[in-house]
Amino acid sequence: MGPLLPNGFIPFEWDSIIAIIIGIAFGFVLESSGFSSSRKLAGVFYGYDFAVLKVFFTAAAVSVIGIYYMDYLGYLDITQLYIHPTYLWGAIIGGVIMGVGFVAGGFCPGTSLCAVAIGKLDAWVYVFGIMIGVFLFSELFPLFEPIYDGYFLGNITLIDSFGWNPYWIIFIFAIIAVVSFVIADIIRKRVKKVFYE
Amino acid sequence: MKTKKQNNSHIYWNPYFGGFLLGIIIIFTFYLTGRGLGASGAVKSTVVTIVDQVAPTHAENNTYYSQFLKDDDTPMNTWLVFEALGVIIGAFISGSLSGRIRWRIQHSPKISSKRRLVFALLGGVLFGLGAQIARGCTSGAALSGMAVLSSGGFITMLAIFGSAFATAYFFRKNWI
Repeated sequence: MGPLLPNGFIPFEWDSIIAIIIGIAFGFVLESSGFSSSRKLAGVFYGYDFAVLKVFFTAAAVSVIGIYYMDYLGYLDITQLYIHPTYLWGAIIGGVIMGVGFVAGGFCPGTSLCAVAIGKLDAWVYVFGIMIGVFLFSELFPLFEPIYDGYFLGNITLIDSFGWNPYWIIFIFAIIAVVSFVIADIIRKRVKKVFYE
Repeated sequence: MKTKKQNNSHIYWNPYFGGFLLGIIIIFTFYLTGRGLGASGAVKSTVVTIVDQVAPTHAENNTYYSQFLKDDDTPMNTWLVFEALGVIIGAFISGSLSGRIRWRIQHSPKISSKRRLVFALLGGVLFGLGAQIARGCTSGAALSGMAVLSSGGFITMLAIFGSAFATAYFFRKNWI
């Protein structure tokens, strides 16, 4: 039966209300987990705080298990969900640029919005930077268009790419996540402590 | 208990608890709307709206802006803009409950506020640019992509963290 909105179980008018409610929950959880602090976020890259790794991979594992389980039980039809499209080189080059931006600025867009909300001026500047970045991309669009629109492989999943069984992918992903948490704790004990808020 | 909280306003949730709740939110988002979360999309809509207000002809002639312009509606009327407003409200509520709200520039004691702001601006520019090229940021492409096993989501996630770890050495003075 799910997803509920596209299938008409919830009237279309609720769309924006649901967006705000989901956003509030998202922002609350991010801020409470410490994601409004750039120094906490950057810790993952230097080994003094692994909150990003733990929150991010726990969320990914829980969500993928939950979505496939709801599909298995018949509450949610996975084939109707929006699959983020794969533009091979766009995903790689965009990701590499974002990675440098992450470690330089200490935020990603979602976490910077949380920091904006609690009055961090560095986050206000960061969001202004994102706007400049979007502006530059749009103005120079002809330059970026070949990688933006090219190398399109479709709205594919790992199942399409490798022909693996989804349940095995999820199981192995969950194992990798747990192992990475254990390794993270070992590394953190060996790295010099950094004090921050 | 209350005084303890006030003295330690930087104490956060257990990361596994936060991650678990975030995962539940993603499941609900897909269950209700059929799509995932996002963040950079709202900033993009803001830029498109500003450019459209300042220079409407320019916006219409630009191949990128024009994709998001609608004849009878503002480009701000999108799901992601409302969701981003919610994120700000939710973070404000959480920050209020823990006493973390005040104007300040957060940076390592080893660097100046000015240096922090310069790098924040630079990081924002790069992230904004990269998120357009990859059609989504850590929330929209990596996290929501991985939730439905999107190949592009996994590639973007690996690229973001791979390049951040690879270049962390050059930015170490800002953080450690």
